[in-house]
Amino acid sequence: MLTAIGVMVLLAGVIGVALGWSAVRLKVEGNPLAEKIDAILPQTQCGQCGFPGCKPYAEAIARGEADINQCPPGGEDGVKQLAELLGVEPKPLDGEHGVPKPKSVAFIDEQTCIGCTLCIQACPVDAIVGAAKQMHTIIASECTGCELCLPPCPVDCIAMIEIREDLPHWKWRYPQIQLKRVA
Amino acid sequence: MARELFRFKGGVHPPDHKAESNARPIHAAPIPRQLVIPVRQHIGNPAKPVVDVGDTVRTGQLIAAADGTISAAVHASSSGTVVAVEPRVLPHASGLPDLCIVIDTDGRDEWVERTPLDYRAMPAADLRMKLRDMGLAGLGGAVFPSAVKLDAGPAQICPLLILNGGECEPWITCDDVLMRHHADDIMRGAAIMRHLLGSTEVLVGIEDNKPEALAAMREAAARLEFAVEVVAVPSVYPGGGAKQMIETLTGRQVPSGKLSTDIGIQVFNVGTAHALARAVLHGEPMIERLVTVTGHVLRPQNFRVRIGTPMQTLIDLAGDREGATGVLMGGPMMGLVMPNSHVPVVKATNCILVQSRELFPAPPAALPCIRCTRCADVCPAELQPQELFRFAKAGDFGRAQEYHLFDCIECGCCTYVCPSHIPLVAYYRYGKSEIWAREREKRAADLARERHEFRQFRLEREKVEKAAKLAAKAAAARAQAAQDQARRVAPATDAPATATPDAAAGGTGEADAKKAIIAAALARAQAKKAQSAPKNTGQLSPEQQRAIDEIEARRAKIRELARKPLESETENP
Amino acid sequence: MTDTSAPGRDSVTRIMAWVLGALVPGIAAHVWLFGPAILITLALATVTAVAAEAAMLRARGYPLRPFLFDLSAVVTAWLLALSLPPLAPWWLIVTGVLAAIVVAKHLYGGLGQNIFNPAMVGYAVLIVSFPAQMTQWAGPLELTGTSLTLNESATLIFGGELPRARLDAVTMATPLDTLRTGLLQQLTVDETLRQPIFGTLGGVGFEWLAVAFWVGGLILWARRIIGWQVPMAFLAGIVLAAGLLHFADAGRYGSPLFHFFAPSVALAAFFIATDPVSGATTPRGKLIFGFGAGVLTIVIRTWGGFPDGVAFAILLMNLAVPLIDQTTQPRIYGETRTGREPRA
Repeated sequence: MLTAIGVMVLLAGVIGVALGWSAVRLKVEGNPLAEKIDAILPQTQCGQCGFPGCKPYAEAIARGEADINQCPPGGEDGVKQLAELLGVEPKPLDGEHGVPKPKSVAFIDEQTCIGCTLCIQACPVDAIVGAAKQMHTIIASECTGCELCLPPCPVDCIAMIEIREDLPHWKWRYPQIQLKRVA
Repeated sequence: MARELFRFKGGVHPPDHKAESNARPIHAAPIPRQLVIPVRQHIGNPAKPVVDVGDTVRTGQLIAAADGTISAAVHASSSGTVVAVEPRVLPHASGLPDLCIVIDTDGRDEWVERTPLDYRAMPAADLRMKLRDMGLAGLGGAVFPSAVKLDAGPAQICPLLILNGGECEPWITCDDVLMRHHADDIMRGAAIMRHLLGSTEVLVGIEDNKPEALAAMREAAARLEFAVEVVAVPSVYPGGGAKQMIETLTGRQVPSGKLSTDIGIQVFNVGTAHALARAVLHGEPMIERLVTVTGHVLRPQNFRVRIGTPMQTLIDLAGDREGATGVLMGGPMMGLVMPNSHVPVVKATNCILVQSRELFPAPPAALPCIRCTRCADVCPAELQPQELFRFAKAGDFGRAQEYHLFDCIECGCCTYVCPSHIPLVAYYRYGKSEIWAREREKRAADLARERHEFRQFRLEREKVEKAAKLAAKAAAARAQAAQDQARRVAPATDAPATATPDAAAGGTGEADAKKAIIAAALARAQAKKAQSAPKNTGQLSPEQQRAIDEIEARRAKIRELARKPLESETENP
Repeated sequence: MTDTSAPGRDSVTRIMAWVLGALVPGIAAHVWLFGPAILITLALATVTAVAAEAAMLRARGYPLRPFLFDLSAVVTAWLLALSLPPLAPWWLIVTGVLAAIVVAKHLYGGLGQNIFNPAMVGYAVLIVSFPAQMTQWAGPLELTGTSLTLNESATLIFGGELPRARLDAVTMATPLDTLRTGLLQQLTVDETLRQPIFGTLGGVGFEWLAVAFWVGGLILWARRIIGWQVPMAFLAGIVLAAGLLHFADAGRYGSPLFHFFAPSVALAAFFIATDPVSGATTPRGKLIFGFGAGVLTIVIRTWGGFPDGVAFAILLMNLAVPLIDQTTQPRIYGETRTGREPRA
């Protein structure tokens, strides 16, 4: 009896020390989970999730303060990936945070632009070039389509243009094989 | 003389259907009323148009210039007037439009001045530039810019040159008739290639189902001043694939993910050799090619066709028939379904195969995979097609890549033998383009993340700098004001006796006031900073430093990604 | 659909038809050996299998054409029927076939999705549930000197009782059972083998049944319906394992020849272990799969509680297939192993 207790105590002590030591020694810097979540997020930086950018949202998810279904640009696919990463049930996108839209880029109507720089300040990825009283233009390849530049524009000269499929971006379709009867 | 040949693994023996079209002589197709010439006909960057609507052009005139190294120029196939530079539907499986230069021909076919090149006297790099500007691209199907392939790389030498006359795909005979009728030109092209690559050995591989072509090429080889061995190889599909031809002739395999030049071998299609000879010795840019028109037509045969000619024109010439169900560009194994029969002939168009219900009955409904591994037995890339299919179907692209999806050459052998009639290649194409799209998206996301983080960092830095500047300014102003005040106070006391203690008191008082003012300014600046600092970022601190470090690391990763080639070159047989 | 690679003439139906055709010599030998009862068993199994397949397809929303006509259900039915005792009662056959088609095939996702060999699942269910009925074999004609007519067989199979004397006259234990019983009675293999049921190679007549299965199997191999790897590896596993045991103690363990010429081994080697759906797919994997099934068969026969080990051996190897496949991925074209140049 006494031996058993002794063994147990000893075992607990050894394991406790090992755990304590590894906790100190193998401490992971930063938050790897937030990094992983951030890697899944589309990096639109649109803020539709209610956080100022993708990374803050990722950190909030990692802390358990935000749900996984608040990112419309990521779509249902993104929710599924997040659910898989976090080991939770996927759920439909929260409509409160907006609905997924086809991938688009912003386009400035250069005739109307007055050069106020408001959109430049709003752009989260510095994809708009221009200066005060100079015409602005959008670097299409760097635009994430976040739409954050639309509201500040005083003359409403920015439009979102859907990215149409062209030859270099064309994808082979999933082969349709009808095994089951429809309906 | 008899050379030891090697049998590559896998392959199938579909009925070859060559006899339909290879007996008739080559006819020059008449120049159509309108030519539609795409600027994207080759692998690499599309050519950039250099003509405008309304310009008159002559035959062989440059209308779109090569853009970058991996590119090829595009030329007017006949003289006339440019009537449009606009997107038109391309001969591509997508059926999407892309930029084309449309020329209304004048029927006179007036050439620009053609200047033959003295290739022996030119530096190799200049010659390659010239070839790129003459629009030379591989005619075997992959349409890779030839100038790039004619560069032996740092070694400056590529010991073995192979001319590929395999033409293993059923129905197609354009290389066959080219070898029968233009063997000498092909050999001249080979001489130029040999010169550029510094090759010491030249082999011509021709499948043994083309005895006439073999004989013609052997005769032409005998007339040359250097040794060319014309080898009859067994007819096995896809024996005409570049990698398969190399293995058949040499027994060596091109390492996965590498190019044949890495093992000192370069392979060209015989048609490319012919076009090269025309370009160098006659100054003719690539404006025409041989096209087999066969299948459900009255007179299957080969035409010499100007690039940009509508396919329907050729089908009419060969005798349109009732009951056509579609048009393929290429053969039945690897060909692409054309969106319509009016798309233009491009440099890649080796065959126009008109389908009918009798020749190409609709495949039976696909059944589930029973894992019989007949596909694995015939796969020339020695893959496990049944596993690739499983992963591609399930959207498990990571695993598909692990199982070497990108080593698939899309030859179609697996689809050919599948007892369940599963369109396997369609799944592999889907998987590949899906992976490419995801990598593109990932790169875009990484770029956006990097730019966003840099912007955050920049804003923060600007704010800190501004606050510091303001604080400094305010402090200076206060100090000035305090000094002024002190100066105003000092004359008012005006008592030397009490001046010392007073001055002393005033001095300490002044110093205290100054300190207080600075402290107040600092506090204000601090408050301002706290107010203006975004809540989601910390102060300039180790966190900040770490963010910068992270950005740097990510940049390095992106650079790494960008360096890695996305897609290994695949050569169509 | 933009994929144009033209499919050839091969089809699942054709493959299955060849398998059925290759079973015909075995069936003929069976009739010659045990009388026509097997024909009734086959017919009953076929009808049950097709009906179950149709019902399951309907329930799962799949069209009957082309699935019902791929003959895969018939192949399952025949393989199971040939594994059963020739005079098995009708409910035994129906239960086995239902277990095979409904549970092992369709509940796992239908054609191409089943991880276990359906026929062997049916067999395993029966031998676990009804061991007595599963070991009552009709004796070979040569020994009993009589066999049941088609009518008598039908009566017996469909529940009618036969006079006890008549039944005893035609049934007896299989050679494998006899060997097992003999060992339990502390007889040596040699003593057991002197009993009349044993012939020169295996059981009297049973050896001819094995030969008939061999003929069918070789036809399948010649037609490239099956590969050489699984049958050869399976037989190698049998001979090696049995040979080792026999070599260690010839008095307790039967000779490899005896196992080699057992009909169940021939049937398993060429028809059952070669089922592509539940088998390994890589060339090396097929060798491992076949060899493992062969060794396990002997192991289960020797130390297991059931009369034959083939079914359990194959089911166990079915379980290992994903692992085998994953670890035996072959080298691909141009892939260098350990950085060496590809084969020159």
